Amino acid sequence: MKKIEAIIRPHKLDDVREALSEEGIRGMTMIEVKGIGRQKGHTEVYRGSEYQIDFLPKIKLEVVVPDEIVDKIVSVIVRSARTGSVGDGKIFIIPVGEVVRVRTEEVGEEAL
Amino acid sequence: MDPKIIVDTLWVLFTAMLVFFMNTGFAMVESGFARAKNTVNILSKNFIVFAVSSLAFWLIGWGLMFGNGNGFFGIEGLFTLGGADNSPATNDAYEGAYSAIGWAGVPLMAKFFFQLVFAGTAATIVSGAVAERIKYISFILFSFIMVAVLYPVTGHWIWGGGWLANLGFWDFAGSTTVHSVGGWAALAGVLLLGSRIGKYKDGSIHPIPGHSMPLATLGAFILWLGWFGFNPGSTMAADVDAIARICITTNSAAAAGILSSTLVSWLVLGKPDLSMTINGCLGGLVAITAGCAFVSVGSSVIIGFAAGAIVVFAVVGFDRVKIDDPVGALSVHLVNGIFGTIAVGLFAQDVFSPGTTGDGLFFGGGFGLLTSQLIGVASVGAFTFGLSLVAWSLLKATVGIRVSREEEVEGLDVGEHGMSAYPEFASSPERYSAMSDETMPPKPKRRVEPGSEVAVEH
Repeated sequence: MKKIEAIIRPHKLDDVREALSEEGIRGMTMIEVKGIGRQKGHTEVYRGSEYQIDFLPKIKLEVVVPDEIVDKIVSVIVRSARTGSVGDGKIFIIPVGEVVRVRTEEVGEEAL
Repeated sequence: MDPKIIVDTLWVLFTAMLVFFMNTGFAMVESGFARAKNTVNILSKNFIVFAVSSLAFWLIGWGLMFGNGNGFFGIEGLFTLGGADNSPATNDAYEGAYSAIGWAGVPLMAKFFFQLVFAGTAATIVSGAVAERIKYISFILFSFIMVAVLYPVTGHWIWGGGWLANLGFWDFAGSTTVHSVGGWAALAGVLLLGSRIGKYKDGSIHPIPGHSMPLATLGAFILWLGWFGFNPGSTMAADVDAIARICITTNSAAAAGILSSTLVSWLVLGKPDLSMTINGCLGGLVAITAGCAFVSVGSSVIIGFAAGAIVVFAVVGFDRVKIDDPVGALSVHLVNGIFGTIAVGLFAQDVFSPGTTGDGLFFGGGFGLLTSQLIGVASVGAFTFGLSLVAWSLLKATVGIRVSREEEVEGLDVGEHGMSAYPEFASSPERYSAMSDETMPPKPKRRVEPGSEVAVEH
């Protein structure tokens, strides 16, 4: 099993979630984060003084899937999250040691 | 009972309640303009300051301000409204310790309540300027001194039958007595307090954005509404033509102030900053407060328009000389309090309140009125600023006036009150925004060299 961590634009969350749902993936976790990368921040002005906002809001989506479908799911996320502009995000793939369902204590892929 | 007394009393009490409600407006504007981590503290200051004012003004403030005495302060009926008084008898029929306000045909308690809410307004002005680093206890103590002594003494000079009134100085609803007095006291406090950590680091101005523009905006509306008590109420009588006209001069100045501050902010600073618009509205209202009964509607538009522009330049100006005022209280109340007072000397027309101001400079009255206004501005300024410095210095030397560095960084809510305004938001967003250490405000915009690696977007 692998955990797919996808950092995406906040307004793309619904698109990605729908696309994953079509692939049968309905369980995931999301967290609001801020990130910095090649996308430059922007300038704001408050009471006459300018300041730079470098860290921009992003969404980190986490989903754990069996090894066989990792590539498929990654490409589904990429297609639904992409806009083509700098700042679309990044995906990290991390091995997962074990998965447990809290309610029943099932382990392994059944617990996904 | 004479129906006139009944109607006048209802009017005085109703407008006083509107002015009381301005405390809500101040609480909302100030906390909206400050960071979330200091919200409980700002709300607390605004809440408790009226309690302190109520007590201080009752104990001795009213007596110093309106008691029969000399040209500088009251002496009779000094404590707890104890002087002889046969209100609502007026003028020659009035007999008692508070002759200066014997012209108002309402009961003593109504006069007291109305004047109390004005005193409370002056005290709460200080709260905004010293926000985010003042010690709660020293603010409470200073407020007591201010409402017990400072505000009433200058108030006596102007409304208590004192020397400025005899000089021909006019301030209808308090651009000087309330707003600039609050402003001078605030300025003294701010100078002794110092600026917030990180505000002027590295010699540049670091913006510290307020945490809630909705709160600030709604608060500004409440203040605007409250001013329809502040200005027309100062007739202390349901004089129908006057109170209606004053509503219009008041509103026109607010509207003009909004438009000019927005325009100036747009042209000079690049964007129509909402916080500047709000300050422009309030600045216009402060500026018309002195002259609302004495000037034409057209003049009030001009006064308000000028006030809005003045506010924007004042806000930027104070920052440029590193005087840190988180909410623009100095720009709104001090600077426009002074301007509004001077404006009377320019724009007054005898026709609106016959036998009071006479005509100002722009209407053929010459320099007489203007001179009195300037003397008033200068004397009230020197007295209030000077004694405020003394009071703040005493507090600084005894209980201290500024919180510790650690507390300021953590937030005054936790440090002064042991609680949080928004406990469900576990960490404040600014902890994770573009800053380096110690919850510093965001860095000012860097200049990027063309051709450098940073400038190239991949």
